[in-house]
Amino acid sequence: MLIKLSGGTIYDPAHGIDGKIMDIFVRDGRIVEKPRDGERIDQEYNLAGKVVMAGAIDMHTHIGGGKVNIARTMLPEDHRHDPAAHSDLCRAGCGHAVPSTLTAGYRYAEMGYTAGFEPAVLPMNARQAHLEMGDTPMIDKGGYAMLGSDDLFLRMLAAKQDQNAINDYVAWTIAASQGIGIKVVNAGGINAFKFNQRFLDLDEQNSYYGITPREVLKTLARAVHELGVPHPLHVHGNNLGVPGNVETTLNSMAGVEGYPMHLTHIQFHSYGTEGDRKFSSGAARIAEAINKQKNISADVGQILFGQTVTASGDQMSQFRNAGAGSPHKSVCMDIECDAGCGVVPFKYKDQNFVNALQWAIGLEIFLLVDDPWRIFLTTDHPNGAPFTSYPHLIKLLMDKTFRNDMFASLNLDAQKMSTLASIDREYSLYEIAIMTRAGAAKLVGLHDRGHLGVGAAADITVYTDIADREKMFEKPDYVFKDGQLIVKDGNIVRVVWGATHTVKPEFDRGIEKEIKQYFDKYLTIKMDHMKVSNDEIEGDGRGKVIVQECKGRREKTA
Amino acid sequence: MDNFAQAGTVESVTCPFCGLLCDDLTVQRDSAGNLKVMENGCARAVTFFERAVAAPSPRIQGKPAALQEAIAKAAEILGKARQPLLAGLGTEVFGMRAVMNLAESSRAALDHMNSNGFMRNIHVLQNSGWFTTTLSEVRNRVDLLVVVGTDISSVNPRFFEREIWNTETMFDQNTSQREIVYLGGRDLDTSAGVSPDGRQPDVFACDLDRIPEVVAALRALIIGKKLHAPEIAGIATADLEQLAQRLLAAKYAVVAWAAGPLAFPHAELTVQNITELVIAINKTTRAAGLPLGGSDGDTSANQVSAWISGYPMRNSYLRNYPDFDPYIYAADRQLQSGEADALFWVSTFNPERTPPAADVPTVVFGDAHMEFEKEPDVYIPVGTPGIDHKGIMFRSDNVVALPLQQLRSSNLPTLGEVLHAIEQALQTAVQ
Repeated sequence: MLIKLSGGTIYDPAHGIDGKIMDIFVRDGRIVEKPRDGERIDQEYNLAGKVVMAGAIDMHTHIGGGKVNIARTMLPEDHRHDPAAHSDLCRAGCGHAVPSTLTAGYRYAEMGYTAGFEPAVLPMNARQAHLEMGDTPMIDKGGYAMLGSDDLFLRMLAAKQDQNAINDYVAWTIAASQGIGIKVVNAGGINAFKFNQRFLDLDEQNSYYGITPREVLKTLARAVHELGVPHPLHVHGNNLGVPGNVETTLNSMAGVEGYPMHLTHIQFHSYGTEGDRKFSSGAARIAEAINKQKNISADVGQILFGQTVTASGDQMSQFRNAGAGSPHKSVCMDIECDAGCGVVPFKYKDQNFVNALQWAIGLEIFLLVDDPWRIFLTTDHPNGAPFTSYPHLIKLLMDKTFRNDMFASLNLDAQKMSTLASIDREYSLYEIAIMTRAGAAKLVGLHDRGHLGVGAAADITVYTDIADREKMFEKPDYVFKDGQLIVKDGNIVRVVWGATHTVKPEFDRGIEKEIKQYFDKYLTIKMDHMKVSNDEIEGDGRGKVIVQECKGRREKTA
Repeated sequence: MDNFAQAGTVESVTCPFCGLLCDDLTVQRDSAGNLKVMENGCARAVTFFERAVAAPSPRIQGKPAALQEAIAKAAEILGKARQPLLAGLGTEVFGMRAVMNLAESSRAALDHMNSNGFMRNIHVLQNSGWFTTTLSEVRNRVDLLVVVGTDISSVNPRFFEREIWNTETMFDQNTSQREIVYLGGRDLDTSAGVSPDGRQPDVFACDLDRIPEVVAALRALIIGKKLHAPEIAGIATADLEQLAQRLLAAKYAVVAWAAGPLAFPHAELTVQNITELVIAINKTTRAAGLPLGGSDGDTSANQVSAWISGYPMRNSYLRNYPDFDPYIYAADRQLQSGEADALFWVSTFNPERTPPAADVPTVVFGDAHMEFEKEPDVYIPVGTPGIDHKGIMFRSDNVVALPLQQLRSSNLPTLGEVLHAIEQALQTAVQ
């Protein structure tokens, strides 16, 4: 089957194409060269005047796993407002803050997204994360395995084990959890909380292991780099939400000593202590640091106003914040000598000083970071806002008048504390395509996604170029997934299941001896039972494991 | 690949019979497929694994029928029903996915056989939340275990062996020094709580239906209230005061309960007092709740239902979208009120969990050893997950999902295969 997408205006930043009118040819799910004259075109779409981009990629979205399902279970009152009925094509479910898996897949696709990555796969809960992602249709999936507060890693650090052994353990964890990267959440802090520590700053020691977050970050950033995993260490910083945490964040950037590091939902980690209320924007300093340090990337974790739920591995912070929950309830868990989690429903209010300033801080970061290849569009779904608010967020970035009108309606004290109104920058379509496609694919290590070059998977989204960018991005004309038309005029026309992207860095299997000993001695399951097999993801005939290329194991770098 | 036709020994077998999911069993198979637990089995595991191989024919109105006929008959009953009820739901993750599909296709209501107990926990989760832990954390960290209203051993036989009297912990704790307190209940078998060196646990007994008062009093004491009553349900207030102080002084106290045995009205309020006193302790030191008990796939049913529909049990597709109502969709109530007009009962682990008596057409997807007081309209024996076929199951702590192994070849279909065939037949009938 040969498909021709004719005459669309193409935005393909991976190839430097910025709004050029071109034809795209698709065969068997891939983008192909222009066929020879006379070759039969099976189907042609006239895209004159339309905007064509690769399918969008959400590089940080909580779509599957224990804490997400706790959030679902906790919030029947939220689901009731947004039922999703059974149709000839689509299964029933519910939406809003934390949608059912099937509804999440449909709604991502309906907005032109073709991939989403679960950023907090606890290795001990990886099977559940993959089960849920397996029930998420339409989009490709993948997950970052969480390390850094697990007792085995901290024992290895405390025993001053060789970096090579750490690297082997990190690679083993990626393989066992079927991950595509490594995430660290409140480095060492979730573990310290189990010893009744309530904060853990970058150079504070875990009271049992004597290890500091700085050591955790540096060791893991180095491990990920030396293993050749394309996605840099994915870091949820220490002191989330704490006024003054901008210092911790800046020190963390410096602390990895040049190794690549991705700082996630950095908005929540960019707070100063100035002003009457001792809460201020650290956005300018954060943006300046990102602009200078080319090894650092970040996604914003923008908050938007309304009801949502915060679901995080950062149990230490979530327990601290539980009192601010709305509705007032929370779930915290210590988990399997592996990690923790905390779920707190939250309602962000535009007349609340802190919330309004959080909103402004996120946008300031977006607008002050120069390089769109290193800053990414997220709301940390659902923590800052549900992913369905992305079109609104894109409009805030692309339309200064709209943004300033919104800003002028916020809490007045917050307005006084923000420079947002003085920032003139408006994102271009090309920059949006970088943030949500080319840059995201490059960051995650999806070599054949996020671009429209020959050989790429034909994940393609087609929009009508209208001035109201929110309307434009919430309802694409067409979405193709692996060459199949799945969405037309914002509605699902075909259900597909997507694949699971992983990496499989090389490691010395000898490490399993130590890991097995640890499991047998201390844990309550067998090591082999933790591993998620390909068969579990592919067994029902609709999932598929894709192994993305690693750069190969590097020699020791330090 | 295992050669199931031959005798053999399988190690690291996961036992799905209770919520602990012990995965260290050794099971021997004879050439006929009969199983024997060789190592690490409890009495319940032995009962579960050692039932003789059986593969009875499906039955319609008590008469043997081909599987296809039984499936067609079940589809016919489902097609005619205006408010079908899928209940029991004693299955694992893959079976539960098939249940959800069929429920949606037939606009059925869903309820699990253990919901009367489990919903006590769900109510708390939805009303206030909680602070809990998981089995490996308990095994390595607990220094004070308070057990409310159960002996644990009758619901989770190996709990003390595996998580309390383990010899080694990561943090150099001498586990024989762990303190065990049984709070509430009468005539509990507390022998499992005796430490290896013979130290007796503390037992504060009271009648089951007085537990709410005792737990409420303990919570009050923990948050610093003074109680004037000299005793609560026969337990000296001074003892409760001392227990509160021990909880506040512990480094990692665990307060465990099993929702099923708390069988008194509004036990959810007692669960909530347990979880809220745990949260109160966490203001100054560390503590966690631990929901125990369960199985017949109750945790798995709630998990799968929550991610596929958004809601846990007592859920329905009657409106063509998921609808959650813990009162309206209770299976017993639906049957007693006559709202449900067909019952589809699933119990793949336990032949003793037969359907409730009901005056509506009844279809049973059950263990091969099931015996009925009243023969259902259709009985389709299905394989047992973890014996006849693979599966995935969640532990009672709600976090760890473990693979269930296939241990022998079986002629029995899986629940998923049968439900899928019924769904197909239903759709064909509609077209």
